[in-house]
Amino acid sequence: MLRNRRSDLLVAYLLTAPFILVYAWLFVWPVVQMVMLTFTDAPLIGDGKAVGFANYERMFKDPIFFKAIWNTSYFVLLTVIPGTAVALGIALMVSRLGGWLQSAVLAAFFLPYILPVTVVYVIWDWLTNVQFGMLQSVLEWVTGRPVNLWRAIPWFMPSVAVITIWWTNGFSILLFLAGLRNIPKDLYEAAALDGATRWQMFSRITWPLIWPITVLCLTIQLILQLKIFDQVYLFATGGRTQATMVLVQYIYEQAFQKNASGYAATIALALFVIVVVFSVLQFQLLRIRGQK
Amino acid sequence: MSTDPTARDTSQSTALSHLARSPAGILLTLLTLICAAIWFFPIYWALITSLRSDQATVQEFGMLPTEPTLSGYIFAIVNSELPIWYLNSTIVSVSVTVLVVFMSACTGFAISQLNFPGRRVLWWTILASFMVPITALIVNHFIIIAGVDLLNTHIGMILPMLLSPVTVIVYKQFFDGLPKEFREAAVMDGATELQVFLRVFLPMNWGVTTALSIITFIGAWNSFLWPFLVAQDEKMMTVTVGVSAVQDAYGVAYGRVLAGAVLASLPVALAYLFFQRRVTQAITLSAGIKG
Repeated sequence: MLRNRRSDLLVAYLLTAPFILVYAWLFVWPVVQMVMLTFTDAPLIGDGKAVGFANYERMFKDPIFFKAIWNTSYFVLLTVIPGTAVALGIALMVSRLGGWLQSAVLAAFFLPYILPVTVVYVIWDWLTNVQFGMLQSVLEWVTGRPVNLWRAIPWFMPSVAVITIWWTNGFSILLFLAGLRNIPKDLYEAAALDGATRWQMFSRITWPLIWPITVLCLTIQLILQLKIFDQVYLFATGGRTQATMVLVQYIYEQAFQKNASGYAATIALALFVIVVVFSVLQFQLLRIRGQK
Repeated sequence: MSTDPTARDTSQSTALSHLARSPAGILLTLLTLICAAIWFFPIYWALITSLRSDQATVQEFGMLPTEPTLSGYIFAIVNSELPIWYLNSTIVSVSVTVLVVFMSACTGFAISQLNFPGRRVLWWTILASFMVPITALIVNHFIIIAGVDLLNTHIGMILPMLLSPVTVIVYKQFFDGLPKEFREAAVMDGATELQVFLRVFLPMNWGVTTALSIITFIGAWNSFLWPFLVAQDEKMMTVTVGVSAVQDAYGVAYGRVLAGAVLASLPVALAYLFFQRRVTQAITLSAGIKG
C-alpha cells in the first residue's frame, strides 16, 4: 500500500514536471524579474545600477505614459461596449436562421476572427488606401474629400476600433449564440401564443436570460483590449506614433527602441496591475454566477 | 380540446414559424444577408485584388477581375522568403500545439484526479497566470531567451508561447466532470495512475483534445508580437510576421501583398472551415460556458 502511494506521487510529479518547469522559468521568474528591474536603470541586455524609486517617479511625471493610458482607455471605450452590442445583434440575426443558411452566414461573420493580425492590416490598408482604396468613395461621400485615416489623428483610434470589432467579434458572437441556444424554446412559443410582440419577447425573455453572457463578453473584451498593441503598431508605422501610443506599445518602445528595460518594466508593471484588478473583478463576477 | 402532446406541439410551432414567415421575418432575413455580405466584403475584396495584375489593381474597380491572373501568387512564392516563413510557422505552431496540449492534459489530470503535496499551490499559480497579462512579460521573456542564447531560433520562439493556462483549466474542469467510478474501477483492476490517464481518461475526451488542438494551432500561427521580436533576420520570420515585412518592401503593389496575405491565412482558414464545430466548442469551453 505504501509503495503504491509512493508510486502515485511519482506519477503526479512526472505528469506535472514539464509544466512546472516551464511555468517556473517563463512565468514565475519573469514576474519576479520584472519587479526587480523596475528598481534599476538596466538596458535591454546587461545589468543596471539600483536607482530606487526613480523609475516610478519618472513614470508618474511622464506625459507620454499618461497619453498611452488615455489612448488605451479611449480604445477600450470605442471597442468594448459597441463591439459587444454589435455581436449581440449579429447573434440574434444568425440564431433566427437554420440549416446551411445559418452555417454560411455564421462563417461570413466569424471568418475574420481566425485571420492573422498582419493579414487584417494588409486587407484594411488596401481598403482605406488614399488613392485606390474602395472605402475612400464612402469617406468622400461623408467628408467631401479622401482621408488618410492612418495619418489623421482624430480618425486613427476610431478606425482601428472599427477594424478591431470587425476582426475579433466572432468570439463574442459564438458565446452569444451558445447562450441563445440555451434559452428554452417553449418560453418563446408560450409568449407567441399569448400574442407577445417581437420586442416584448426580446426585452422580457431574451435580454434577461442573455445578461450573464453579456457580462462575460464585456469583461473578456475589456481585458483583451487593454492589451492592444498589434493593430495600433502596424497602422501607425511611419506616422507620428507618440500621438497614438498605447501602453504595450510604450513598453515595446522603451525596451526595444530606447534600450531602457528598467523603465519599460515599470510601465509593464503598471499594465500588469491594471489588468489584474479587472481580472480579479471578472473572476469574482464569474464565481458569483457559479454559486447561483 | 386535445390533450395529445404532439397536437399541442404543432400548434405552437406554427405560431412561431408564422412569425418567421411574416413580411417582417423575410425582411429581417434579407437584412441579415446584407449585413453578412458587408461583413465578408473586405475578405472578398482581398481575394479579388490578389487575382489582379499590378496594373489592374489600380485601374479596375469591378466586383470581378476581368483578367484573373496568379502572377501575384507566383511573385509572392518565388520572390520572397514565403516558403521558408511557411516552414517556420509550421514548425513553431505544430510544436506549440503538441506541447501545450500534452502538458495541459497531464497537468489537468494530475490536479483533478491525484492528491499530491503542492497541488493547491499549482492550481492557484495557473489561475493567477490566467489573470495576468502575459504581454507585459515580453521584455523579461526577451531577456531570458537572450540569456540562454536562443534568440532567432525556433526553440526560443516556441518557449514563451507554451504559457497557456486556459488549456489546463479546460482539461481540469473536464476531468472533474467525469465520474470517479471510472478511475476507481480501473485502479481496482490493477491499473496504475499512468495507465488510468492514458487508457481511460484521455480516450474519453478526444473531442476536447481536438478542439483545443485546433484553437491552439490557430493561436500560435497567428501570434505576432513575440515572433516579431525573436526573429531577427528575415529567414527566421513566421508567415504572420512576414506578411507585414512584404508590405513594407513592395509598397503599393497590393496584388502581390494580398496574394501573400491569402497564402498566410490559408492554413487557419481551412482549419476553421473543416472543423467549424470544434472551433465553436473550443471557444465556448475556454470562456467557461457550455455550448
